[in-house]
Amino acid sequence: MSTAVADKRPSSTLRGASLPKWSPYAIAVGSVAVAAGIGLAAGLDSRIQWGLIAAILFVLGTYVISARVEGRRQAKDRVATSLVWVAFLLALLPLVSLVWTTVSRGVKVLDVYFLTHSMGLISDTEPGGGIYHAIIGSLEQVGLATVIAAPIGVLTAIYLVEYGRGNLARSVTFFVDVMTGIPSIVAGLFILSIMLMFDMQPFGFAGSLALAILMMPVVVRSTEEMLKLVPNELREASLALGVPKWRTILKVVLPTSIGGITTGIMLAVARIAGETAPVLLLVWGNSLINSNPFEGAQQSLPLYIYQQYQNSQGSGAAYDRAWAAALTLIAFVMILNLVARGIARWKAPKTGR
Amino acid sequence: MAKRIDVSGLTAYYGSHKAIEDISMTVEPRSVTAFIGPSGCGKSTFLRTLNRMHEVTAGGRVEGKVLLDDEDLYGQGIDPVSVRREVGMVFQRPNPFPTMSIFDNVAAGLRLNGNYKKSELGDIVEKSLKGANLWNEVKDRLNKPGSGLSGGQQQRLCIARAIAVEPNVLLMDEPCSALDPISTLAIEDLIGELKERFTIVIVTHNMQQAARVSDRTAFFNLSAVGQPGKLIEIDETERIFSNPSVQATEDYISGRFG
Repeated sequence: MSTAVADKRPSSTLRGASLPKWSPYAIAVGSVAVAAGIGLAAGLDSRIQWGLIAAILFVLGTYVISARVEGRRQAKDRVATSLVWVAFLLALLPLVSLVWTTVSRGVKVLDVYFLTHSMGLISDTEPGGGIYHAIIGSLEQVGLATVIAAPIGVLTAIYLVEYGRGNLARSVTFFVDVMTGIPSIVAGLFILSIMLMFDMQPFGFAGSLALAILMMPVVVRSTEEMLKLVPNELREASLALGVPKWRTILKVVLPTSIGGITTGIMLAVARIAGETAPVLLLVWGNSLINSNPFEGAQQSLPLYIYQQYQNSQGSGAAYDRAWAAALTLIAFVMILNLVARGIARWKAPKTGR
Repeated sequence: MAKRIDVSGLTAYYGSHKAIEDISMTVEPRSVTAFIGPSGCGKSTFLRTLNRMHEVTAGGRVEGKVLLDDEDLYGQGIDPVSVRREVGMVFQRPNPFPTMSIFDNVAAGLRLNGNYKKSELGDIVEKSLKGANLWNEVKDRLNKPGSGLSGGQQQRLCIARAIAVEPNVLLMDEPCSALDPISTLAIEDLIGELKERFTIVIVTHNMQQAARVSDRTAFFNLSAVGQPGKLIEIDETERIFSNPSVQATEDYISGRFG
């Protein structure tokens, strides 16, 4: 009764009919149910097909229902929203699947023994052993690469943003862009050709050099963006106080952007921590613990994963170790990211009273 | 302390574009000189040539002479960094350093220049903040970030930062244009106090403000868009606002412009 009366009243031009708040969820549940029905009826085996049908039904259903009740403009708005949601879920799917697979398979052999022992006494097909040598190798190679690439990268970015003018700056920018596109195997081959010239055996530091080549452009790019974000007014304020330019950069520009620069470096570290190809060429891999990066073959986590798979001869023990090492690598990168976020938050310019 | 500025035949460029042409004037010590004129007429550019901040902009270059008590700022062997220590500047938008506390902001000029005694630093900061009429408002939170202050307080913090290095001249580029009337009043009162110790040059779009705070006023104008700005006339503020000698000045002041 009351709704009928309400409809007859001269309606407000500002208020239109609208679907209740829970309607998107209802449409989502409905489309999943219908998709499951279609899937069963048509005898579709693949759950992916079911999911795709559900996604299409969700978008179409949203449009049709909303167009009938709310009008075409709101319907388009809702379709855009639901497309964003579908895209989000599609993007999330591989991530969740990857993390789930790695964790579920990796935890099997991941324990303190695994983290503190090498593969020195057992062959690749037997159970037991661990990744201590690979962790040591990864930390040393990535650490040395960062020590080389981070200062060079940050200083290059400072040159480009604060001093760079004319042809030199343009060509530096160009070559940084070219470096960004270097495949990791090419960086490895470059260092390898130098090693062969001097008749050297594989060692950890050679890998660090190749990783540094890969890391440098990433650091330059991210640092450049962060420095550009520092307002020019701050530079001028400092210069107008009679502070020399280099001190302005050191004491005003860098502290203001240090959070972002650190995040950029950490992301670059995360990128090179997973590189296999140059390490395979230059560091070779080693089943024994070698903590000297300047002499003799070393191991690293991504290379360990690759070699465990390659040398497994179908042994489940090797697969388990590879998954556990993969989980360790993901955890390592994740911890680095968290540390970077922590530093960024801690160092960020403060607001508030 | 306060020094006289003598400008003769000053022309400033941005790359090949001539922004201001052939400006000559004298700025008296211990007085407030206001620059007025339409947007784009080169007031701010001229102001920035007075402490060599113009050349910080890409392509900025200057011809002519700026004498600070008989020493040419653009002479051979003059270090722009030392010039800026003598001629301080306050900008249009308050720009405290976001990573620093209120105390550090005021101490920034001294600390970054490296020439100070640790024992004196606290006194200098207190003196500067009192000089900027900000001490009573911030004395209990000197370690809080400067960006937490209100806009007017931030601008006074920037003034305190500028006067902490004891410059001879203080340049102000529309210091009140981002502020509300109450904060503007606070800054104008402050300018009146500061002129006892410094030579002050202020750019303003607000003619009432120029009339209120300045002893002398300079009117800048440009003949057309894209043409360089020129100094039309400079005189006692009272004369400029009551009986200017150039018709264009009167037109601008009375709003019959263009």
